[in-house]
Amino acid sequence: MCLAIPALIETIDDDRMAIVDILGVKRRVALDLVPQALRGDFVLVHAGYGIEVVSHEFAAETLDLIREFPELAGQDS
Amino acid sequence: MSVPNAPDVVDVVGASNAPDVVGSPDDPNALGAPDLSGASAIACDPVREAFRDPVLSRELLKRIEQLAEPLTERIARPVTLMEVCGTHTVAIARAGLRSVLPSTIQLVSGPGCPVCVTSNADIDRIIALTHVPDVIVATFGDMVRVPGSSTSLQQRKAEGAPIEVVYSPLDALQLALEFPKQQIIFVGVGFETTTPLVAATIERACAQEQTNFSVITAHKRVPPALAALVDDPEVAIDALILPGHVSTILGEEPYAFLAREHHIPGVITGFEPVDLLQGIAQVLEQLIAGEAQITNAYRRAVMPQGNPTARAAIERVFSVTDANWRGLGAIANSGYSLCEDFAAFDALRRFSPEVEPTVEPQGCRCGEVLRGILAPSACPLFGRACTPSHPVGPCMVSSEGSCAAWYRYRIG
Repeated sequence: MCLAIPALIETIDDDRMAIVDILGVKRRVALDLVPQALRGDFVLVHAGYGIEVVSHEFAAETLDLIREFPELAGQDS
Repeated sequence: MSVPNAPDVVDVVGASNAPDVVGSPDDPNALGAPDLSGASAIACDPVREAFRDPVLSRELLKRIEQLAEPLTERIARPVTLMEVCGTHTVAIARAGLRSVLPSTIQLVSGPGCPVCVTSNADIDRIIALTHVPDVIVATFGDMVRVPGSSTSLQQRKAEGAPIEVVYSPLDALQLALEFPKQQIIFVGVGFETTTPLVAATIERACAQEQTNFSVITAHKRVPPALAALVDDPEVAIDALILPGHVSTILGEEPYAFLAREHHIPGVITGFEPVDLLQGIAQVLEQLIAGEAQITNAYRRAVMPQGNPTARAAIERVFSVTDANWRGLGAIANSGYSLCEDFAAFDALRRFSPEVEPTVEPQGCRCGEVLRGILAPSACPLFGRACTPSHPVGPCMVSSEGSCAAWYRYRIG
């Protein structure tokens, strides 16, 4: 039930309703809970609301850390 | 949904394009739900693909095997990791993680499915509202088939009761605009991920003076349930895999007591195979070092402080209250009711429906399954009297229920 999907914000209206692109599908979502969200941001969408601005920077950082695992452990990959 | 599938082990050894649409409020059949079933569209998300990378998954599995070996020698029984999120339950089953992890690691599911932990009495109250004249009950899809004491919303719908499946509480508010002569009652079920958006919808309804909109709430708070679980002498957990999107709202701090007071490590993680395997590796490292911390392996979606705006919305609209959980019983401060300022939106106060006496399903052992002390397949009803097409208890009804996931992916 707590599934949330990243979506790209395309437009935002005066009522903090946004049109987002969810993997090619357009949808109207409310941005009440993500006041910092701007056009062009990715937001996690859960049941019609943005609940967080997704950080691609942290995604890259997490992946880099994992890729270093074998080295960190001193073992061959 | 009722056709069993073999575990999708391919998810671990090769990236899968299975749609992530696994249940309400992501029910593809729900009013206004986005259609995300196009595999080619999903393949376009490079971040998601990276977290399904089979090479990384294999490396992580190798690492986990190395970590698990000395650990299980030390504690002379499998290391038990519990997840407490229905989306994790499904992600683990779909990825076939149980079949590829070393046998010395036991993954158990806790009370992570909001529909499953909703008590029969609460379900009976929701069903009672369908008897009120001129109402439309709007609900997430997962609630529809859950049996109450004598009937379900699905059965009531078949009898002609107006019940609408919606994807978002905003869709319910929209119904209120479209049907001004009807009373729209939204069924508010869910953990901290869902509670703030129900709060925000109530605030929108209040701002637009929508007098034909109300909510019946059975929202639950995850941390008090975790406290009850780790205090339960029958429940043996070495570490917790903490929910991803509940933590998006809560942040890291509400779990600190697990490490501080109970010396149980926990990791907040996401839902792709790489996320889950990385989380498992992190808690195993802590167990080996004898440490207990709450770590965050889902930084792309979970800020350390969570989402303060969402928590503020909850606090404005709801008051913390005691709640009854199926399987766990009454837990202090584990639920929400509407606060006085928004009492006008409380459907139970508005309509005072007559509720039938509660009867628990015979032989159903959902309660033990929800505490992680009984594997779904160990229930005598599993796959015999209780199947997704003829469910006895909610853990077989909800697509995120442990029993449904075990049945669908043929585990056990």
